[in-house]
Amino acid sequence: MKHTIQVLVENKFGVLARIASLFSARGYNIDSLAVGETQDPTISCMTIVVNAEDERVLEQIKKQLHKLIDVITVVDLTRKDYIDRELILLKIYNKKPAKDMVEELVKNYPVEILDKNEEYFILQVCAEHNDLENIFKEIKKIGIKELIRTGKIAIAK
Amino acid sequence: MKGAKIFVESLIKENVEVIFGYPGGAVLPIFDFLYDAPIKFILTRHEQGAAHAADGYARSTGKVGVCIATSGPGATNLTTGIATAYMDSVPMVAFTGQVKTSLIGNDAFQEADVTGITRSITKHNYLIKDVKELAPTIKEAFYLARTGRPGPVLVDIPVDVQLHDTEFNYPYDISLRSYRPTYFGHRGQIKKALKLIYSAKRPVIIAGGGVIISEGARELFQFAERFSIPVATTLMGLGAFPSTHPLYLGMPGMHGTVYANMAITESDLLISVGCRFDDRVTGRVDAFAPQAKIIHIDIDPTSISKNIKVDIPIVGDAKNILGQLLEEIDRKKILNISSWLKRIKEFKKKHPLKYKKGVGGIKPQYVVEELYLQTKGRAIVATEVGQNQMWAAQFYKIDSPRHFLSSGGLGTMGYGFPASIGAKVGNPTAVVLDIAGDGSIQMNIQELATISTYDIGVKIIILNNSYLGMVRQWQELFYNRRYSATSLKNPDFVKIAQGYKVKGMRIKKANEVKKAVKELLSYKGPVLADFWVEEEENVFPMVPAGEAINRMIGGMA
Repeated sequence: MKHTIQVLVENKFGVLARIASLFSARGYNIDSLAVGETQDPTISCMTIVVNAEDERVLEQIKKQLHKLIDVITVVDLTRKDYIDRELILLKIYNKKPAKDMVEELVKNYPVEILDKNEEYFILQVCAEHNDLENIFKEIKKIGIKELIRTGKIAIAK
Repeated sequence: MKGAKIFVESLIKENVEVIFGYPGGAVLPIFDFLYDAPIKFILTRHEQGAAHAADGYARSTGKVGVCIATSGPGATNLTTGIATAYMDSVPMVAFTGQVKTSLIGNDAFQEADVTGITRSITKHNYLIKDVKELAPTIKEAFYLARTGRPGPVLVDIPVDVQLHDTEFNYPYDISLRSYRPTYFGHRGQIKKALKLIYSAKRPVIIAGGGVIISEGARELFQFAERFSIPVATTLMGLGAFPSTHPLYLGMPGMHGTVYANMAITESDLLISVGCRFDDRVTGRVDAFAPQAKIIHIDIDPTSISKNIKVDIPIVGDAKNILGQLLEEIDRKKILNISSWLKRIKEFKKKHPLKYKKGVGGIKPQYVVEELYLQTKGRAIVATEVGQNQMWAAQFYKIDSPRHFLSSGGLGTMGYGFPASIGAKVGNPTAVVLDIAGDGSIQMNIQELATISTYDIGVKIIILNNSYLGMVRQWQELFYNRRYSATSLKNPDFVKIAQGYKVKGMRIKKANEVKKAVKELLSYKGPVLADFWVEEEENVFPMVPAGEAINRMIGGMA
């Protein structure tokens, strides 16, 4: 089962490497990882989506994370009410029928056109994980030149 | 003040009395200040030896062990010793030199990404890029190494940082928002544990290294005696409970006693104190203590329900929690477990630890027994890894904490000899033995130069069977006696010792053992004694890997 874990860490050199090597050394899988500074510049927030086959593995992941000296808190958001977002940036060829479909997308979904030229559109899609997956399915039909996706970030209600 | 001087002053503030290490280009400024510092420096002949010596010093004294090496190969040579300390929760601070900060990442001469390499084998590590960070980091390193679940901490110091100047201010105290170990057990859990204990019919305690680390042996003794609960100690826990006590069950697990394994298998309540349920202890997990409720006391939350699912976890320091349990015990409560104790007594009588006493050839167990008798069980015993380690654990009955030094978690051959050096330096009046095999001793044999140079009076006992004995044993039992790469053509160990100006002895006959042990113990100064033991002697009892611990071979008849 997928779990969204929010980890507050000291904003120090090498912390990401510590987290990454913990996961690889202990054989845990990371689905996605997003890192950024918080309102306090000495603290970074990592949102980690992990796939844990059972409760015991999940418990171990959380405890092992917490054991790292630079980790301040570990919260499993999956057990809480939270809002999450992921972002996709992509280029779509600017030609028919894609052109019309882009307009459709913008009308129906949280899709924004950030830039366009003769050759392509640059779109931004920002949505909650499951919605994003659905929109992604739609977009795939159009034909994608390039696509970049962030990991999930989340905040507890 | 220069970084290198700050380094020395910081170590003085930490009351470091000895450093084990090896110099090199990237630590030259530090060594220049060590030259006339009031800290003893022991030059080992290999950095691995320095790390193990610091480890042996730490385990035997309870203080933080310190080692130092240069960048690149110096640092990578330390890593086996660091990993060994990490697996066994040994407080250690390892310092390494690093290339100049401006060269880091350039594949400079003797450069290695040491913080990267040691990330998963240290409790924490640091690369210092600014001399202002040096003193606070050293403070933090020592603090982390010895608090909570102890472990090795590495501090990587680029050579230019050692030369830069700053003001020296050693911090008084320390507070890390991200590091708050739990020292006392949750009151509710203590109460729940006691409730289970009161209703137990067949209780057993397993004590691990955590009891020794937390200095909780006395509390364990009081607690066990209060209810007459039998106590098994893991390899790391040897000495946490007196081996000569009637409630003592010996060691559980792969080469444990039959009665410890039977007791655990039949018990209805297992109280684990400072033990992390290593696979060598549990054997097949689903057959481990199948009828028991389990109380698990451990300072490291990750140890709980990692290998064995437990019923009542209590996170905290073993000594404190045992103290809390003792405090909360209802004075009127007694356990009605006389039939259980009787059954255990029968197990013990029926399946004692024993070996076939031979005629002619020397039994390795006999050598260990003789060492035990003649040192009155008071020596500090370091072991290598393999058969020598298990025979030492089985037949040298350790009665007090910090007297048995062995690489339990990592199983590092070559650990014992340098560890014994550290132990002797930390305990100059103690008798310190290294019980070794002919394979293991050659992994750090260069340290004969160290004991010779500083006249460190450790006694090296080689149980020489011309094999990598434990691997050979497995090959005999599970690989059709195909002794692939385990037969050793050994050097003349006596001559090797003499070459290093260390007293060497060779013992070939059983009837010479007593006298030889007497001689090596009464000799002032270091001795290497090469006992030619029976080549194909096995360590029994034995639980085959992955089997249930009550399915033992040997020792059941």
